[in-house]
Amino acid sequence: MPGSRYVVILIYSTSHAIRAEKILHRAGIASKLIPVPRHLSSDCGVCLRIDPSDAEAAEEALEEAGMEIEGMHAI
Amino acid sequence: MRDVQLESEMIYFDNAATSWPKPPGVAEAMVHFLNDVGANPGRAAHRRAIKAGRIVYEAREAVANLFHAPDPLRVVFGANVTEALNLALLGYLVPGDHVITSSMEHNSMMRPLRALEREGVELTVVPCSPEGTLDLADVEAAIRANTVMVALNHASNVVGTLLPVAGAGQLAREHDLLLLVDAAQTGGAYPIDVQGENIDLLAFTGHKSLGGPMGTGGLVVGERVDVARLDPLKRGGTGSNSEREEQPDFLPDMCESGTPNAVGLAGLGAGVRWVREQGVAAIRAHEVSLTQALIDGLGDIAGVTVYGSLDAHRQTATVSFNIDAKSPSEVGLRLDDEYAILCRVGLHCAPAAHKTIGTFPEGTVRFGLSAFNTQEEVETALAAVAELAEEVK
Repeated sequence: MPGSRYVVILIYSTSHAIRAEKILHRAGIASKLIPVPRHLSSDCGVCLRIDPSDAEAAEEALEEAGMEIEGMHAI
Repeated sequence: MRDVQLESEMIYFDNAATSWPKPPGVAEAMVHFLNDVGANPGRAAHRRAIKAGRIVYEAREAVANLFHAPDPLRVVFGANVTEALNLALLGYLVPGDHVITSSMEHNSMMRPLRALEREGVELTVVPCSPEGTLDLADVEAAIRANTVMVALNHASNVVGTLLPVAGAGQLAREHDLLLLVDAAQTGGAYPIDVQGENIDLLAFTGHKSLGGPMGTGGLVVGERVDVARLDPLKRGGTGSNSEREEQPDFLPDMCESGTPNAVGLAGLGAGVRWVREQGVAAIRAHEVSLTQALIDGLGDIAGVTVYGSLDAHRQTATVSFNIDAKSPSEVGLRLDDEYAILCRVGLHCAPAAHKTIGTFPEGTVRFGLSAFNTQEEVETALAAVAELAEEVK
């Protein structure tokens, strides 16, 4: 997702987000848990923010671990 | 009359009810949560909330690893094993279903089952032997066309006898049934592998051999369980799907409404990590050695009847006995007052089990040992029981 500052990965719950963070960490991908941006969802939970250059690798790592995600968005 | 008041002389043999002492690090983890974390896990995204969320997740992961469950998110936390069993039974079974259980169950299993029976769930209680053992052929013979679940304790809370859960798991697979296991007496003290033993629903408590505080426990939900069929015991805020007024349909959130006992779960996580550091095999070996010494020692005292398998390898570190011609309540009171030995006497919330072993309605004296007990404590307790038994002659 070129041109965007960050990519956020929307995920079902805080527990899921923390699990996803650990999966990404093991794959060598840095991520930060942040509040879900209001324009993406009205959910009160957290999502994962990563660098756009890691988006593809992150998607692969999560899929490999069997981790379902709600979506990925450039912000 | 002896009158032992010194705390240092106290022997705690009531670990089958709740373990004491807790492993090092448990109280510290709880104090740390209260003083230095404090926030609500999963309800906000600020640093403290995330820290709290991580602590709860670490506990989830520790439990999953201990029981060889592949997905920490299928570990549902709750208040205790009773809540977990109620979730599995009331949440899954519907009128017309048939469920098979044993005659060695605790009331945490039996009472929800009896309530379901009144609502139209069919129930078969397979009788166990007076030693508390279960013949799987009797379980297989009880299977009907509408059987959906086999629900068993892993070990009796009265006599410690282990039930053949791995065999029951295999049987459940062959007949396409779910296996629910009540691991209150075994989690942390005896190896459990939910995948290897085909356990579809594992109910555990945090405050016994897992070393955590009271108010913690949960249900490990296997891949074969149709989550869409699992009805939560309660509904409410989960910190997820907040835009919707309907309950989330995914684990663990769908079964974890309301602010969790995060302080307790911080302690549980520390307890389970301690168990994993020691190794369940090492804990088990220590407890087998204490248990066999206790069984053999009690068996050598004239006028004492010991219940169960009498073989430490076939049971947990819980031993029930009676001194002939003395009531369990009198023995319990005198062990406490005169010897500072703390144990439980009576029916142990399991009337069916007492009927099976032949101690209903009087009950038994129960010594429940843990990883922290010693051979010296066993010897001291044996000498005390021998003195009390001597009076009867």
